[in-house]
Amino acid sequence: MAEILKIDDISVSYGSIRALSDVSMSIDEGAIVSLIGANGAGKSTLLNAIVGLQPLKTGSITFAGETICQSKHHGSLTTDLIARRGIALVPEGRHVFADMTVEENLDMGAFMVKDQSVIEKRKDEMYDFFPILGARRKQKTRSLSGGEQQMMAIARALMSAPRLLLLDEPGLGLAPLIVQDIFSKIRIINEENKVTVFLVEQNARLALRSSSYGYVLENGRIVLEDKGSALLMNERVQKAYLGA
Amino acid sequence: MSTVTLYMQYIVNGLTLGAIYSLIALGYTMVYGILKFINFAHGDILMVGAFIGLLIYNGLTGGEAADPGAWTLAAFFIAMVASMAACAVLGMLIERIAYKPLRNANRLAPLLSAIGVSFILSNGAAWIFGTQSRRFPYPFENEPINIGAITITPHQIVVVVVSVVMMLLLTFFVNKTRMGKAMRAASLDQATSQLMGINVNRVISLTFAIGSALAAVGGILASFDFRVYPSMGTMTGLKAFVAAVIGGIGNIQGAMLGGILLGILEAVGAPLLHIPNGMKDTVAFAILIIVLLVKPDGILGKNEREKV
Repeated sequence: MAEILKIDDISVSYGSIRALSDVSMSIDEGAIVSLIGANGAGKSTLLNAIVGLQPLKTGSITFAGETICQSKHHGSLTTDLIARRGIALVPEGRHVFADMTVEENLDMGAFMVKDQSVIEKRKDEMYDFFPILGARRKQKTRSLSGGEQQMMAIARALMSAPRLLLLDEPGLGLAPLIVQDIFSKIRIINEENKVTVFLVEQNARLALRSSSYGYVLENGRIVLEDKGSALLMNERVQKAYLGA
Repeated sequence: MSTVTLYMQYIVNGLTLGAIYSLIALGYTMVYGILKFINFAHGDILMVGAFIGLLIYNGLTGGEAADPGAWTLAAFFIAMVASMAACAVLGMLIERIAYKPLRNANRLAPLLSAIGVSFILSNGAAWIFGTQSRRFPYPFENEPINIGAITITPHQIVVVVVSVVMMLLLTFFVNKTRMGKAMRAASLDQATSQLMGINVNRVISLTFAIGSALAAVGGILASFDFRVYPSMGTMTGLKAFVAAVIGGIGNIQGAMLGGILLGILEAVGAPLLHIPNGMKDTVAFAILIIVLLVKPDGILGKNEREKV
C-alpha cells in the first residue's frame, strides 16, 4: 500500500524539556495505525505536531508526498492549510464548540466544503451513523454527555471528508460499552469510507486489536513497532500496557 | 408634567443613548471574544468615523446651508456607509500593524500598543481638523413629535432604527453565515477552529472590520448630541466599554443589552439621585462597580465549565 503520512526523525521541545526525540513513523493509506504509550509519553504532542499546532525542532512530516511540517518555520504549513490538505484531528478532550448546536458544530467541520448540498448530504449521513446526534441536532453541544460529545467530535472531523483521521484518546473517560461502540464506529469509518486512521490510545488492547500496525512511545521515543497482532503478543507490551 | 411621564421621557432619552452605546460596545466585545484583549483605540475609531461622516455629508450637501429634505437624508446614509467602509479598513490596518505582531507577546504589550494607537488617532485628528468641536447638522427636520405627554424627536427615531437594523444584521451574520459561525467558533476555541480549516487571521481581521464599522455608525449617531471633536471618543468609548462589561464581555447579546441598560440607567439615575449635570458620568461607573461586585462576569457572561 502507498504511504500517506511519513514522519521523519522529528524532535519537539517545550522550552528545555524534550517531548519527542527522533521519532520516525510511516502510515499506509487505508490502514488503521495506533500509537500506544503511558501518560506523558508524548502522544498528544506527536498529533499536534502533525497538524502544525506544535513546531518541530528537527525533522519533517510529509503528507501525500508534500512536506507539511519541518523545523524551518517558513517551510511549514499553518494548521488551517494542513486541514485543507485532508488531515482531520479529533483532539484529546474533544474540544467541541460547546456554545454551538450539534448542527452548527457539523457546519464548522464542513467549513472547507463550499457546496451547501454536499454539506447537507454529509450531515444526513452523520445523523444516520450517529443517531443520537440526529436527535440532538438543535441542542447546544454543552448539554451532551461525554460519549455523545466524543461522537460529535468524530462526526465533525468526518464532515470535511478527510483522507487521514487522527484520533487522540477517543476512549478517555468514557464507559467501556461506549468505548466499544466508538471503536466499532472507527472501524466502519476506515472500511467503508476508506479513511486512513491514526489512533492514539491508552487503552492498548482495544487500540491494537483494531489496528493493522502499532507503535509504542515511551519518554518521547519510539521503542517498539510491529503489526498490531504481534504487539498484542509482545512480552514487553503485555507487561507494561496490557496488565498481563 | 407628572413624575411618571417625566421618567418615561428619561427612559426614551436613555434608550437613544443606550442604542449608541450598544453599537460601540459590540466592537469591544467581539474583539475581546476572539483575542481576550481590550482594544482601547476603539473609542477613537468612532471619532474618526464621525469626522469622515461629517466631511462627506458636508461635501455632498454643503452642510449647514442645506435645507433638510430627501437629498440630505440620502447624503446622510451615503456618508454613513462610506464612513463604515473607511473605518473597517482602518480597524483592519490597526490590527495588522499594531496588534498582530504582538499576538504572542506579554498580554500587557498589545494593551499598551492600543493606548498608543488611541493617542495617535486623537492627536492626529486634532492636528488635521483642529480641536474645536463641529456641529453635525440634522439631515432631516427635527421637529419633536408628541406622543401623549412624551416627546420624541425624529433624531431619536433615526438613532434607534439604525441601531436596531445594525444589530439585527450582525445577529444574522454571526448565527446564519459561514464566516459568522467561524467567528463564533474562533472565539470559543481558536486552535480547534484552525483544525476545521478556518484561517484565524482572516477571522480576526473581519472582526476588527465589523467592530470598527459599527463604531463609525455609533460615532455618527452620537455626534448629533455630542458634536464632533478629536477627543469625543474617549468618554463615549469608555462608557461603551462599561456597557460591554455589564452585559458580559465577549458576549454579543450582552453588549447589546448592556448598552441599552446603561443608557437608560444613566438617564434615569442622574435625576433620581439628584446628581448634578457635571457629575452625570459617575452613574455609569458606579453601575460598573456594582456589577463587578455582584456578578463579575456580567449579566449574560457565564462561568465556563468544561465537561470531562
